[in-house]
Amino acid sequence: MTDITRTDVLIVGAGPIGLFAVFELGLFDMKCHLIDILDRPGGQCAELYPEKPIYDIPGWPSISAQGLVDRLLEQIAPFKPDFTFNRMVSSLEKLEDGSFRVITDENEVFEAKVVVIAAGGGSFQPKRPPIPGIELYEGKSVFYSVRRMEEFRGHDLIIVGGGDSALDWTLNLQPVAKSVTLVHRRPEFRAAPDSVNKMYAMQEMKELDFQVGQVTGLSGADGQLSSATIKGPSGDIEVPCTRMLPFFGLTMKLGPIAEWGLNLHENMIPVDTEKFQTSVPGIFAVGDINWYPGKLKLILSGFHEVALMAQAAKRIVSPGERIVFQYTTSSTSLQKKLGVAG
Amino acid sequence: MTKLTFIAHDGTHFDVDAENGSTVMENAIRNAVPGIEAECGGACACATCHVYVDEAWTAEVGEPEAMEEDMLDFAYDVQPNSRLSCQIKVRDALDGLVVRVPARQG
Repeated sequence: MTDITRTDVLIVGAGPIGLFAVFELGLFDMKCHLIDILDRPGGQCAELYPEKPIYDIPGWPSISAQGLVDRLLEQIAPFKPDFTFNRMVSSLEKLEDGSFRVITDENEVFEAKVVVIAAGGGSFQPKRPPIPGIELYEGKSVFYSVRRMEEFRGHDLIIVGGGDSALDWTLNLQPVAKSVTLVHRRPEFRAAPDSVNKMYAMQEMKELDFQVGQVTGLSGADGQLSSATIKGPSGDIEVPCTRMLPFFGLTMKLGPIAEWGLNLHENMIPVDTEKFQTSVPGIFAVGDINWYPGKLKLILSGFHEVALMAQAAKRIVSPGERIVFQYTTSSTSLQKKLGVAG
Repeated sequence: MTKLTFIAHDGTHFDVDAENGSTVMENAIRNAVPGIEAECGGACACATCHVYVDEAWTAEVGEPEAMEEDMLDFAYDVQPNSRLSCQIKVRDALDGLVVRVPARQG
């Protein structure tokens, strides 16, 4: 029997809106657990544009995206939220008592009285490079991550990309694979200069091959690669290969949320604008992932949404309990929760 | 106003009046030019506003900066005249600029 993690509110997505939901729910004494596919909190703010300034956060004429995430983490610290990173929520089921069971892609089991979907543009997943027919090889001879290095032993391997993942795996798999060819669009790399220097040194020793170019075609049968066409500065070349690892960054996909039985509107989840509840009572959707007439995908709109959502969530988590509207400026009970009471 | 022309992948021309200081991407979105997605909203963080700058304009438009080059690694069928349209600012000297939209974005 797998251990079950129980919490009041399970939040899917640890971006700015998921984080601020912890604050609003915390003021009503609800305990939160957040699950995110990234390895750290912050969502798009942390992954896509951490250093970009945001100019429309009330009270902050300018704040970097990472700065906002850091301050949200500080703001919610009194409520001691739990985080599970590097996981995608794969299934969600309503139990007989009205609570929800959520299972991750690593089979961890969570049970919560309320589920809040704050998944933004969806989960970050490896980007599929634009190579015709690549999907026929995925999972068989084309992989987007390395789970076990042994799977590459004795293979002619092509690694595509110019970032740290591409360079690190080029260096790490070189001793294991039969041959390694690194393919990158240009001779400049985003990866750490040290890795790049090591790669060039190994190329010098003919321990690996580096080709400038773009992979434009694949050949093989039954999901098994036999060669790749690389379009380079001096024309097309054909490189034999039996495994390929493309590292083309991350993109956002709605993912398994689409299969949870919620109504959808163009890959967004329709909600009402009083509670921000989905078509399933007890499941709320806030931030960029929800839709309602007039919806604006702004962080500040998400902040408003979680405040109202928290009221509705409280009625589910503590039925019958009277909800008292209070201000953090004047309520000693709220200030106690925040750890600032005099 | 500065005139821009987008040529969609199917050959349709979109002639638009652009304000100086706006980005070429913003004008594509505002005028619903098909094939420009701009997933990240102009943060140079996604490579889904990729365009090919018409050969006659590459010198005036200029080369991508290092960060944009890094993002172009994620784009589809990158050519020497590839740019991310969110990184091209409209100015007087670009009056008449022609850019082509690729077959797909990433």
